[in-house]
Amino acid sequence: MAVCVAVIAKENYPLYIRSTPTENELKFHYMVHTSLDVVDEKISAMGKALVDQRELYLGLLYPTEDYKVYGYVTNSKVKFVMVVDSSNTALRDNEIRSMFRKLHNSYTDVMCNPFYNPGDRIQSRAFDNMVTSMMIQVC
Amino acid sequence: MEGLTLSDAEQKYYSDLFSYCDIESTKKVVVNGRVLELFRAAQLPNDVVLQIMELCGATRLGYFGRSQFYIALKLVAVAQSGFPLRVESINTVKDLPLPRFVASKNEQESRHAASYSSDSENQGSYSGVIPPPPGRGQVKKGSVTHDTVQPRTSADAQEPASPVVSPQQSPPTSPHTWRKHSRHPSGGNSERPLAGSGPFWSPFGEAQSGSAGGDAVWSGHSPPPPQENWVSFADTPPTSTLLTMHPASVQDQTTVRTVASATTAIEIRRQSSSYDDPWKITDEQRQYYVNQFKTIQPDLNGFIPGSAAKEFFTKSKLPILELSHIWELSDFDKDGALTLDEFCAAFHLVVARKNGYDLPEKLPESLMPKLIDLEDSADVGDQPGEVGYSGSPAEAPPSKSPSMPSLNQTWPELNQSSEWETFSERSSSSQTLTQFDSNIAPADPDTAIVHPVPIRMTPSKIHMQEMELKRTGSDHTNPTSPLLVKPSDLSEENKINSSVKFASGNTVADGYSSSDSFTSDPEQIGSNVTRQRSHSGTSPDTAAPPPPPPRPQPSHSRSSSLDMNRTFAVTTGQQQTGVVAHPPAVPPRPQPSQAPGPTVHRPVDADGLMTHTSTSPQQIPEQPNFADFSQFEVFAASNVNEEQDDEAEKHPEVLPVEKASDPASSLRVAKTDSKTEEKTAATAPANVSKGTTPLAPPPKPVRRRLKSEDELRPEVDEHTQKTGVLAAVLASQPSIPRSVGKDKKAIQASIRRNKETNTVLARLNSELQQQLKDVLEERISLEVQLEQLRPFSHL
Repeated sequence: MAVCVAVIAKENYPLYIRSTPTENELKFHYMVHTSLDVVDEKISAMGKALVDQRELYLGLLYPTEDYKVYGYVTNSKVKFVMVVDSSNTALRDNEIRSMFRKLHNSYTDVMCNPFYNPGDRIQSRAFDNMVTSMMIQVC
Repeated sequence: MEGLTLSDAEQKYYSDLFSYCDIESTKKVVVNGRVLELFRAAQLPNDVVLQIMELCGATRLGYFGRSQFYIALKLVAVAQSGFPLRVESINTVKDLPLPRFVASKNEQESRHAASYSSDSENQGSYSGVIPPPPGRGQVKKGSVTHDTVQPRTSADAQEPASPVVSPQQSPPTSPHTWRKHSRHPSGGNSERPLAGSGPFWSPFGEAQSGSAGGDAVWSGHSPPPPQENWVSFADTPPTSTLLTMHPASVQDQTTVRTVASATTAIEIRRQSSSYDDPWKITDEQRQYYVNQFKTIQPDLNGFIPGSAAKEFFTKSKLPILELSHIWELSDFDKDGALTLDEFCAAFHLVVARKNGYDLPEKLPESLMPKLIDLEDSADVGDQPGEVGYSGSPAEAPPSKSPSMPSLNQTWPELNQSSEWETFSERSSSSQTLTQFDSNIAPADPDTAIVHPVPIRMTPSKIHMQEMELKRTGSDHTNPTSPLLVKPSDLSEENKINSSVKFASGNTVADGYSSSDSFTSDPEQIGSNVTRQRSHSGTSPDTAAPPPPPPRPQPSHSRSSSLDMNRTFAVTTGQQQTGVVAHPPAVPPRPQPSQAPGPTVHRPVDADGLMTHTSTSPQQIPEQPNFADFSQFEVFAASNVNEEQDDEAEKHPEVLPVEKASDPASSLRVAKTDSKTEEKTAATAPANVSKGTTPLAPPPKPVRRRLKSEDELRPEVDEHTQKTGVLAAVLASQPSIPRSVGKDKKAIQASIRRNKETNTVLARLNSELQQQLKDVLEERISLEVQLEQLRPFSHL
């Protein structure tokens, strides 16, 4: 279950970040921030590789003793970062992928909203609901 | 219109009556039918009724709006109370009892009265005019209510609550004030943006015209408020709508709500409701929305792009965040564009929000976009409805409205369900499709989906076994199968058996025994086999592959090397020479070919060798084949042959024969060994076969070989050997029962055999050439070494 979900814009500023309030959120914010470097590294490594679903999913960015950080990047260089709890029964890769897929879909819906200006913070309730469902699902 | 202050009970009662009369919930139109009924039930003289109607302005307007209706009711009460009918009497008469209507509906009314009474008692918010609701039509109840009302009235009188509940100048606004009051319990009449029914209607008219103006509506603030009111009003009249504009989450726990709930309950009861949807769009609203839609997108079935919708809704001056949320709710299919339904839903939400209602978390059912088909029909229905509405407001919309809400109610469910169904259908269909596909293949073995199963054209031992099994099953007993069972064991000795088999095959006319039949049928058999193979391949469900048709070998011979056929034939023939009658039939030909084989072996003629090997798959000595081949090579290379007297041990002969390059020869021998089938008959049988002249076709190559051999090697020994072998073969021939008949088949078989022989020989030729090349390369390498050594020697 995701402990923290973050959507980072292309310019590496957060569009949306939310974490379960079990701990001080600052720690998660910091983790997400540090993971951005790993994401950039992976993106550059891909280089000319075909950008397909597989490429969009970056996989495990880096693990810590308590958490694992997964990354996902869209074609428009919008990054999704998800922090999951390691103590949880190891979530399978497929599950992580599906979660990212849901994130991507919800993000697409948000973008479709003409009242949403790209670059704004995501304040869509539907998006919030979806993220909440993701964060609670495997509780 | 003169102001009309109604007491709480009156208000409720009147609104209830209005709702009752407003069957089709047009909110402002009261068809004369029910109203007249009501008035008749009031037991008033007709002239009084007419006077009332005139006074309330219905005759002027042509219909009963809420305000008119209320005034009328008030006047009825006045009249029933005996007061003179005057406009002023509406407000001046105190303690007017509620108008009594003697009609069957009075039950409800009485109930309403009772409820009103109780409510009024509870609420205790009465205006100055607090006419105790008298007993309705049924006098008994009326008395009861009257009694109950009386004390209540007094109680109510004690509580000069703000005339919140009392209708303001314009009844239309009363609901509005109701609502406003609900939101601002203390506000009371503070907020009455609209005063007078006239202005009410005019805004609506403005709205109508404003809709034509489109943007003007939004730009001007004046229209929106009336719209609001209109909207709010529109929502309230049907009692359910009263509740509608009060989303459960919203504001109010005022008395109004209870009243509204009561009226709603009544409404529900009356209309078997599907109406209790707070977010239902009324027809007026819908018409307005549609008009607005048209201004942006003339095609009602088209879409409004997101940008245009954004502009449009931005004019409503709602915060972007809320507009964003409204969009999320209304864009049902998340396509970034609004259909007519989506647009109406969005507009409705905007209006609601502007009126102060919170946005729901998810789209209410009534706002869900309908299915496309229904949407079209609904639109079509809307058009006439709206037209009718404008023309004769009383009829068309009322007729439509009952259907609309039901549609609204059903569509969302249908929509959802249909969507879910479609999803499930899709998923299930895909699943079924996949399952179906998976089932198709095995289910239909005879389809063209044969290719997946490779039909063994190439003769594999196992395949041969199968085919033999099939064949045996179909034609013979097991004898042949065991023959095939050991194809691997085919060695040179099997060649002989095969020859025998051939002979027997000839005798048997089933196409397998006789060589001619063998050759003639192979194709058909092969095809049958292939077909059967295909069947077996495609339909694994079949218990067992059909028994191979006779003569699998011909197919093999066709497709693959002749050797296999020879081999198998030899094997079969060899293993059970006597058992199978068919094989014996065949051998005669090969035997003649075999016979000259050994003789040819002597000459060590390349061509002869090949022909020998090809024509005489079966052979007595296999090694002679090898030996022949190698010897032949040797002969070609070194021209040393004379020593090959005993063809039986060709191998040992080969070895000593080898001179120039032992490895090469051994290589050749090895190669020859590998081609046992081919070389089996090799020279000896070839020679033998050559010697035999009785069979015309087979002996042809033999004869050729003989000639060539004669030409090449006029060795007497070989000739003698050839003749000897030939004699042996000839001797063997008569021993073999042979069917002299079927010359044609024999000829054909021989022709085929010759062809096969040719192919085999061609292959042999290529292989020999390859060997030659290798040998030459080795020679070159050796020479190079010599060269390298020489300088040293020189040095």
